[in-house]
Amino acid sequence: MNYSNLLKISMNAILRNKFRAFLTMLGIIIGVASVIAMLAIGQGSKQCIQDEMSEMGTNMIFIMPGDDRPGGVRMSSSELQSMKLTDVEAIKSECSAVSSVSPVVNSNGQAVFGNKNWPSNIYGVNNQYLEIRKYQLASGRNFTEREIKTYAKVCVIGRTIVENLFSEIENPVGQTIRFGSIPFKVIGVLTEKGENSMGQDQDDLILAPFTTIQKRILSITYIQSIFASAASEELNTLAIDQITETLRQTHKIKSTSEDDFNVRSQSEMVQTFTAISDIMTALLGAIAGISLLVGGIGIMNIMYVSVTERTREIGLRLAIGGRESDIMTQFLVESFLLSVVGGIIGILLGLVSSQAIASILSWPVVVTPASIIFAFLVCSVIGIFFGWYPARKAAGLNPIDALRYE
Amino acid sequence: MSQPVISIKGIKKDFKVGEITVHALRGIDLEVEEGEFIAIMGASGSGKSTMLNVLGCLDQPTSGSYWLDGVDIGSLSKNELAGLRNQKLGFVFQSYNLLPRTTALENVELPLYYNNKITSKDRREKAIEALHAVGLADRMHHMPNQMSGGQQQRVAIARALVNDPRVILADEATGNLDTRTSYEIMALLQYLNEKGKTIIFVTHEHEIARFMNRSVQFKDGLVARKDKFEKRSLAAELLAMMPSNQNLI
Ligand SMILES: Nc1ncnc2c1ncn2[C@@H]1O[C@H](COP(=O)(O)OP(=O)(O)O)[C@@H](O)[C@H]1O
Ligand SMILES: [Mg+2]
Repeated sequence: MNYSNLLKISMNAILRNKFRAFLTMLGIIIGVASVIAMLAIGQGSKQCIQDEMSEMGTNMIFIMPGDDRPGGVRMSSSELQSMKLTDVEAIKSECSAVSSVSPVVNSNGQAVFGNKNWPSNIYGVNNQYLEIRKYQLASGRNFTEREIKTYAKVCVIGRTIVENLFSEIENPVGQTIRFGSIPFKVIGVLTEKGENSMGQDQDDLILAPFTTIQKRILSITYIQSIFASAASEELNTLAIDQITETLRQTHKIKSTSEDDFNVRSQSEMVQTFTAISDIMTALLGAIAGISLLVGGIGIMNIMYVSVTERTREIGLRLAIGGRESDIMTQFLVESFLLSVVGGIIGILLGLVSSQAIASILSWPVVVTPASIIFAFLVCSVIGIFFGWYPARKAAGLNPIDALRYE
Repeated sequence: MSQPVISIKGIKKDFKVGEITVHALRGIDLEVEEGEFIAIMGASGSGKSTMLNVLGCLDQPTSGSYWLDGVDIGSLSKNELAGLRNQKLGFVFQSYNLLPRTTALENVELPLYYNNKITSKDRREKAIEALHAVGLADRMHHMPNQMSGGQQQRVAIARALVNDPRVILADEATGNLDTRTSYEIMALLQYLNEKGKTIIFVTHEHEIARFMNRSVQFKDGLVARKDKFEKRSLAAELLAMMPSNQNLI
């Protein structure tokens, strides 16, 4: 029996029953399409998180007061107030692996300009903050050391603030907005950054000298957190170690005691989020995989019914010279073709629906060639695996009984 | 004289059904010469089909020897038997056994798919030729359900012919057909026989057996009688005498 004949026999048999062939393939089509789409969503969100994090700077480090004990946050107010400007100064002078460092205090409230207002956050930082967070100025300038020292009422604003307060004014630089009851002169506008992967608007912020916020809005002398950046990505770990050591000294923590602060790096966060999205991808993939399995069982079911229904055909084929192996191969090839053709349609449908998801829901999707190859291989295996038993049943039929079968 | 196409000696076939053993064939000797048109007759259950299945290499006898075209069947493997069925034997069944939703042409092509030596171009040509031989050239692209019983049986005969076999084996091939159509089929088989085909035809109807040169009467798994007819009836002549558009009985 040559292979082109076999292929033709199997194809004719499938074409003789197009609608059933389609129904049989449907399970595989849906299974493969959902595997492709799910993996695309999973991969997409992972890619998106990684892109964004690296855009934000993988060498960013942030330091918060309080320890990192698992099992609940129990922080006294004194603990929360443990960080001072001296800590920032110490990091600046002691930690060679740290290139920039900024204190952060923040407050939320209404930003008001004219008759417009907008609920937002004001961050008190120093002039290195833009560099650490990879923000850029679209117009105007950053604030100066002098403005920090003199509690100057100046601010740099993000795009969202501009859009909501200054819809009628071309350039907000030089205008004065109020935050709470304090007037701030706008000296700079940031370039747009868009949403981050958590859906937060990164342009909805007002930056002002931390001294101004401490004194005029919050009336505090401590700082809420510290942002720093390592001189390079490779120096991340060293920077974290140096910061930890420095802060333990400035906070006079005994060698036996726990830190009263914790240091986190952006790359650590990237790893965490990547791990989370990997788990998500695996879960989505597993659910889709189950539907693929159900599709495979569907093929087996139909092939099994088909063997019974085509008993006389099998008897005839044996009578006119088909060998058992020919019958076996015919049915295997049939189920193989059904699942591979179903798989190819499923892959196409998966690509289309991934694009649809991307454009309608504006979710990030990434279809990797690996997931396509994987889906294709799984289909081939399913075709052969689930076709095996029905094919063996067909080949084992007694020709005389099969010919007489009603 | 040349050797017979078929030669069987002492063929026995037992079926075990639970505790009971059914002796379907109890020692059959038979020789069939090239070009014979032979009827296997007998009451229902006398072993005709069992005999034909053995002759068709679909079933192995319990004992006895069978030579087909000079080959000892008992020495062949399953796959060799399949090859033999493909090349040397053609089957015609009572219920036609055509593939549904498959054109006459494709049905006739079917045996050629299992013959490696035949290219797809040859396959088509041979199938068309066989359909011409059975007078169905104009029905080539019809499906079985678009054809009458007689036409379907002719497609089946074309399928049996297409590999140019040594012997055609037919089991109650007219059993599902009315008298007129049966005669048409017999006329076709007589025509093929005149052109040299060896045909073994199982039937229980004497009406049909008279179209052959020889009959072998089976009774309880044994040959009860062998007859040779000097002058067989010609189905074509009988048909010509029949009023058209009207079937007898
Ligand atoms: N597969 C089988 N199993 C058991 N008994 C069988 C089988 N095939 C045929 N027989 C028995 O063998 C005998 C001959 O059957 P068969 O050759 O079909 O007769 P015929 O074709 O002459 O009517 C019958 O008694 C039948 O019951
Ligand atoms: Mg019978």
